[in-house]
Amino acid sequence: MKRSWYASPYALWMLLFAVVPLLFVCWYAFTTPQGAFTLSNFQEFTKPRYLGVILRSLKHALYCTVLCLILGYPTAYFLAGRGFNHTQSLVVLILLPMWMNLLLRTYAMMSLLDDNGVLNAALQAIGLGKVKVIGTEGAVVMGLVYNYLPFMVLPIYTVLKKMDYSVIEAAEDLGCNPFRVITRVVIPMSLPGIVSGITMVFMPAVTSFAISTLLSNGKIRLAGDLIDYIFNQSSNPTRWNIGSSFSLIMLVLILISIGFLRKVDPDSEGGGMW
Amino acid sequence: MVRDSRATKIFRTLWMALILLFLYAPILIMIALSFNASVSRSQWTGFTLDWYVKLFHDPAILGALKTTIEVAVIATIVSTIIGTLGAIGIHSMNSGMAGLLIDVSYLPMTTPDIVTGVSLMLMYLFCHVPLGKWTMIFAHIAFDIPYVLFSVMPKLRQMNPNLYEAALDLGCHPIKALYKVIVPEIMPGIFTGALLAFTMSLDDFVISYFTSSDMYPNLSRIVYSSTKLGVKPTMYALSTLMFVTILLLLVLVNKRTKLENL
Amino acid sequence: MKKLAIVLLVALLAAALPVACLAEADKPFAGAEIKVYNWEDYIDREVLKIFEEETGCHVNYVTFSQNEDMYTKLSTGAESYDVVIPSEYMIERLIKEDLVEELNLDNIPNMANVVDNLLDPIYDPGNAHSIPYMWGTLGIVYNTEMVEDPVTSWNALLDEKYAGEIFMMDSMRDTVAIGLIMNGYSVNSDSEEELEAAREWLLAQKDSNVLGGYILDQAKDMMAGNEAAMAVMYSGDALYAIEKNDALAYVIPDEGSNIWVDGMCVPKSAKNKEAAECFINFMCRPDIAQMNMDYIYYSSPIKQVVEQLDEEELASIAMNPTDEMVARCEYYVDISTFDNAWLYDDVWMDVLM
Repeated sequence: MKRSWYASPYALWMLLFAVVPLLFVCWYAFTTPQGAFTLSNFQEFTKPRYLGVILRSLKHALYCTVLCLILGYPTAYFLAGRGFNHTQSLVVLILLPMWMNLLLRTYAMMSLLDDNGVLNAALQAIGLGKVKVIGTEGAVVMGLVYNYLPFMVLPIYTVLKKMDYSVIEAAEDLGCNPFRVITRVVIPMSLPGIVSGITMVFMPAVTSFAISTLLSNGKIRLAGDLIDYIFNQSSNPTRWNIGSSFSLIMLVLILISIGFLRKVDPDSEGGGMW
Repeated sequence: MVRDSRATKIFRTLWMALILLFLYAPILIMIALSFNASVSRSQWTGFTLDWYVKLFHDPAILGALKTTIEVAVIATIVSTIIGTLGAIGIHSMNSGMAGLLIDVSYLPMTTPDIVTGVSLMLMYLFCHVPLGKWTMIFAHIAFDIPYVLFSVMPKLRQMNPNLYEAALDLGCHPIKALYKVIVPEIMPGIFTGALLAFTMSLDDFVISYFTSSDMYPNLSRIVYSSTKLGVKPTMYALSTLMFVTILLLLVLVNKRTKLENL
Repeated sequence: MKKLAIVLLVALLAAALPVACLAEADKPFAGAEIKVYNWEDYIDREVLKIFEEETGCHVNYVTFSQNEDMYTKLSTGAESYDVVIPSEYMIERLIKEDLVEELNLDNIPNMANVVDNLLDPIYDPGNAHSIPYMWGTLGIVYNTEMVEDPVTSWNALLDEKYAGEIFMMDSMRDTVAIGLIMNGYSVNSDSEEELEAAREWLLAQKDSNVLGGYILDQAKDMMAGNEAAMAVMYSGDALYAIEKNDALAYVIPDEGSNIWVDGMCVPKSAKNKEAAECFINFMCRPDIAQMNMDYIYYSSPIKQVVEQLDEEELASIAMNPTDEMVARCEYYVDISTFDNAWLYDDVWMDVLM
């Protein structure tokens, strides 16, 4: 038996449970409930309601990505540098929350920010008034950043860690000031990490589900929540078709952004995870 | 390298402290609240283990715990076998075919979770397969396999290709050569892959949510329903236990490979 | 005091019941299993244990948070359940779509305990498919310490003074109903014009800054914890919150509201219909109905329980609305066959998204 045959269960499983289901999405997206070809499912999305949800998702995901980059880059930079004694433990500490369940993280955030939560109890204890955080856009963005920050730090850190420090030293020796070292040398060299980081934060953020609903008391709903609503609650007889076309739009949107980011950095791998 | 100035050092330390505070304050608060005698989150009325006791007397939570572990164990075993064999098979192929098969593994990793969940749900419902534990397990296997594959592939590349050939030349049966020669060589990769798969399976919410039913909730689903019901301190206790479990699993993974290489 | 009375009552009834001393093998449904699909937080879980002990039948208990969720699960055939407990308009729909079994009323003798005015309802003539479980109204809970004037109208939901402190329900029928009532229309409107008016009202409310959000069961804890000034709620949840916080009051607004009954049905997908009917019968037993009512605070339709109501309960608008209040309220009917049924979904999506 040829060794390549060992891959057949793998190929079969991935075909059945990764490729075929996506074909189902495509099928439903382009048909009516009776099975006839149609483009009307996509027409639905010219309605301001759906466009509104897409734009809102893009906006929140963008805020989240920018904030993650601002917070994540220096973090990764310091971790990759030689400034700390226990760098390895610090890296583990920063990346650890990444492995914690999304709902648990959001639940934790809720108990912190709620009107009667710990933050407000602390504020009142020191004599400051209550602040209303839950229900605002700020809470949603904060929840997203909290969930996805480690995904920004990891790829940037990996790239910076592998960076050849002699290049920086050379720049310094040649009279480059620290600011210019960072803007002219460090950032361009870490571009692949930045690109991976942006992909890894933006993608899940734009399709996130439940986080925004929970942190906004149901006031701010994003694309993921819309998909959930269409499939699980709507009584519209064409819901599978409309839901599929919306899922397909999200998928294409994400593939486009990956393709775009790959153009910026042709070396980066698809998911950037590896 | 030029010595860091004092200001740089202070800034750096402060920055890291703030980032760690941001990441851990909510988790630590949740852990603290799980030991709080009061249901209220704004006052501490004393230490208690009541919520943990309650947790282990709640049939719904115990059922979900059983489901979660069952799903994770089965999905891990199956995906480890399929993924490892897949990696070995792909490793022996020419680069064109191998590239295609590896790309298939990127698919579930780039597809947003919610789309993966929806797509599987559509397929199941189309085929009139009632959603339940097994539909969830099959979905988990599918998203676990890539983690195993990507953990095993690098070990195969590091392996001396002549070892396997030598075994065959010496008259070893290919299957025997597989588990006597290849598997021991790539064992660390298999182990890492299995642990990763197990962790991902425990952690998943979105895909399970779409591919299973209320009848077989996993722990994530229980947490999700509870978020709609207001404050339940038992949920803090459950969260704490799940956090500690994930922590232990990762320490284990980290012992085998450096986390940065994952 | 009330708790003690219940314990005594339960003990008394248990002693009187012969089933309590049946040997394991004699239990009528030993080894059987039923799946019960009910609303979140809508039962005293102790009664499930009692049922299991008495009958030997294991109860697999699952919950939903809205009628529409339950309908999706039931209609896609993705699941099988033995007992479901939806509201009257959903029962009407399930009957129309042939998704529920006709009950064998001989197996449910305790149906005789149900108060007369809830028997033989329009949505299910002769109770052929459903037995009432609980009933209640839709109204506003408000915090009398935060809200100065007593609330009497749904208009309070637009009061700028309580910006960000007003909560609506994350439930299609109930929220659209408020939009319809505010424009003077029936909660069962099938007119495009009327539904458009409802949409406008709801969107205006959403776009103003008064709204705290669209939530469900969290509302009772938020109100009890003084985290909100006002919330639209079902009567039972309202009573639960009021029991925890004296400052709260419940009102059925003057413009009218919704009154509802949740009934127990056996879906076509049921695997053990007899055990399901035994469960329904069990739920109609006075001691069990009492336990449930005391736990979830909704009004029980069981005569013996109604007779036991104490003064405080009788005076509670949430537990025991006056005839005049009930007269203002309207039941929902199934809208799925309406010409403009899709508009409900459409309006609701606009409001949510």
